[in-house]
Amino acid sequence: MAETTIAPSATTTSDGRRIPTVVVDDAHVIYRVHGAGSAGTNTPVGALKRVLTRVPAPTVREVHAVKGVTFTAYRGEAIGLIGSNGSGKSTLLRAIAGLLPVTSGAVYAQGQPALLGVNAALLNDLTGERNVALGLLAMGFSPEVVRKRTAEVIEFSGINERGDFASLPMRTYSSGMSARLRFAVSSAKDHDVLLIDEALATGDRRFRRRSEQRVRELRESAGTVFLVSHQLSTIQETCERTIWLESGEMRADGPTDEVIAQYEGYTNGK
Amino acid sequence: MAHTAVADPDSGLTQAQLAARYGLSFAGARPTLAAYTRQLWSYRHFIAAYANAKVVASFSTARLGRLWQVLTPLTNAAVYFLIFGVILNTRAGVSNFIGYLCIGLFVFTFTSAAVSGGVQAISGNLGMIRAMHFPRACMPLAVVLTQLQHLLTAMVVLVGIVLVTGEPITVEWLLVLPAMALQSIFNAGLALGMARLGAKIVDFKQLMPFIMRTWMYASGVLYSVDKFAQNIHNPVLIEIVHANPLLIYIELIRHALMETAPLTSSPPQIWALAAIWALVVGVGGYLYFWRGEQEYGRG
Repeated sequence: MAETTIAPSATTTSDGRRIPTVVVDDAHVIYRVHGAGSAGTNTPVGALKRVLTRVPAPTVREVHAVKGVTFTAYRGEAIGLIGSNGSGKSTLLRAIAGLLPVTSGAVYAQGQPALLGVNAALLNDLTGERNVALGLLAMGFSPEVVRKRTAEVIEFSGINERGDFASLPMRTYSSGMSARLRFAVSSAKDHDVLLIDEALATGDRRFRRRSEQRVRELRESAGTVFLVSHQLSTIQETCERTIWLESGEMRADGPTDEVIAQYEGYTNGK
Repeated sequence: MAHTAVADPDSGLTQAQLAARYGLSFAGARPTLAAYTRQLWSYRHFIAAYANAKVVASFSTARLGRLWQVLTPLTNAAVYFLIFGVILNTRAGVSNFIGYLCIGLFVFTFTSAAVSGGVQAISGNLGMIRAMHFPRACMPLAVVLTQLQHLLTAMVVLVGIVLVTGEPITVEWLLVLPAMALQSIFNAGLALGMARLGAKIVDFKQLMPFIMRTWMYASGVLYSVDKFAQNIHNPVLIEIVHANPLLIYIELIRHALMETAPLTSSPPQIWALAAIWALVVGVGGYLYFWRGEQEYGRG
């Protein structure tokens, strides 16, 4: 089977086939959680007893978060992931990003998928400006590019709209402001595959419009965007395809309007 | 699949064949050693910037700011001098006990801080590791670079202390540089190894202070290890005491800066040991860390 040659920014090959960027094949994710268990079981005496009797600690529990998901994502697509809390959406994103191992099955991806979440920690004691520079370096930009892009990223995040916040430590930022800065940093690079976990839900209306615009630009530069959100309106505005997960299983995969209609029927029926 | 067009020539393929056809790679696969090293090299600016950022951040909430970078080693030296130099009146068989003590202390702190920072290099930076893709070895290496910066400031303080206590400036002082370079390589390997251990065995962090304290007492920081000879008579054990890498690095720097500091082995032997330790631990730690690359930040 010969590998097909593909122009870097095209969304289809010369003979009109769509180009897959993420291929998920019957992926299962089971992970172990430390520190579970009720209050009474976690005492020093209890821990000693377990060590002596070699009983596995009840504080370590296995969670089967994703149960056999299969799909293919193509270049230029924006795919929404919906489902109730704890349905495995974020876990699936982490598996695609290569940050959680799949227990069985496989996830293949083009390049290195980048996970962009509101949890991405920067150094809170440093100024916003230094954090931007550090984040850009961590994404592999050269120091010259970083010097050029830092101002751009701060401008896009809009944290300087009310005074010079970029030169203040990040611990002084509101949660919305730091989420905006994180989104601005991670979206500074054109990724082949960009995974966004609820990041668009934070920030004010103006920033949301701007980030939606940025997501569109990223898609136009021939990437694939995954978006996890509980706000169905955000998904409807940005994604034309949606995958619905429920308790780790894929309930539906198709055009956003159809899947959302099914999902709403399900949640209203409960 | 709902989305696959009927005329799609790819429709007959399994998912794995489809991935292979378009050259998609298995998500989270470990790069080869050569590729990893190249990748790490291209991230050198990030390592330097992160190490710098850590130094700045650690003093940012204090009013005196980075002045603490100098005040911390000075205060440390003062406390130990008060206890061992004045109250207990230890002399350790050297004429310049303050210089002797401070060198031992600062050189030891370089390694012990690199180790305790290394243990938490992965587990303490999970947010960053889960959000961005960079070679994970950047984190422990940045820890060592941060500590090297602290050591360099401490060295400036040290030179002041050594001069004030009456040591002459000699050409031998230049030997401090190769000794510090070898210790840095040794520390880098150690921090890399500890980072993987600390990421895997979460309980390791609780144990580290005790291990480091034992190591400190064994390294002749506060007294000469010749004292051990009073109770240890087994020649093998004495060899082990003398082969302790920290003892070697401390003695090399003491010997370079002070006129009267005794060496426990002959100079060629001790330099050879210093180089061997740096090489073995440096390379070993790097290989060990690289083998775990795909596991970091998971679970």
